[in-house]
Amino acid sequence: MPADARRGQIIEIRTLVQHPMESGFRLNNVGKEIPRHIVEAFSCSYNGREIFRARLHPAVSTNPFFTFYAIADRSGDFVFTWSDDQGGVATVTQALTVFE
Amino acid sequence: MLARFQWIPVFDRKCEKGDASRRRAMLGFAAGATLLVLRPGLVLADELEDALKDAFGMREIRRGRVKLEMPRIAENGNVVPVTISVESPMTPDDHVRGIHLFAQKNRVPRVFDVELGPWNGKAVVSSRVRVAMSQQIVAVAAMADGSLWSGAADVEVVTSDCGL
Repeated sequence: MPADARRGQIIEIRTLVQHPMESGFRLNNVGKEIPRHIVEAFSCSYNGREIFRARLHPAVSTNPFFTFYAIADRSGDFVFTWSDDQGGVATVTQALTVFE
Repeated sequence: MLARFQWIPVFDRKCEKGDASRRRAMLGFAAGATLLVLRPGLVLADELEDALKDAFGMREIRRGRVKLEMPRIAENGNVVPVTISVESPMTPDDHVRGIHLFAQKNRVPRVFDVELGPWNGKAVVSSRVRVAMSQQIVAVAAMADGSLWSGAADVEVVTSDCGL
């Protein structure tokens, strides 16, 4: 995402998290099912308000990638959170400066 | 052949109602057999219907307003780029609340569900998804007024080993 934007401008936000997204349907080399391990939820909040949320199922590719848009309203932080089905949570914070 | 000759008299004894009813019974049997043959094709369509019913109940889903961009031919079904754009002014009164993506022939037909609001400015979302085999992918957008709109794209998959 950009570091700054004009007030009211629509900015593009691209997110990527490293994760195997193991579907739970694949078999290993001895024919045993590889247990499911997927990112279940991703959300983005801007100055404390949630602006994007995704619920992921096994059909989202390895290293889940999402692009979405947001209106630059006022300077502040974007907080991105990913959580997986084995209790793993990743959080990234990115600041946006908004000028008139 | 011998088995068949033996089997027909058994069928006759069971009916004992004359030729017309036997013909009807045979017709019924033939129709049943045809249904059995067609069943695998129906199961797949049912899965999309089940997934849609599970997500939206019996609400009407209209065609239009949703554009689903995916490659016509995907060399690798494990990573297929997708962009969904919904025609909407994205104002507080008239905006897209959610976008739901379905791959009907995947073992789990639901792909992802996203929540949006007027603060997004435009209802455009991109991602990368797994497509197990050649099929039609369907995106459904839920609007603030409660209406549902959909768009679809056909994807031909060359290889995929995601297990879906």
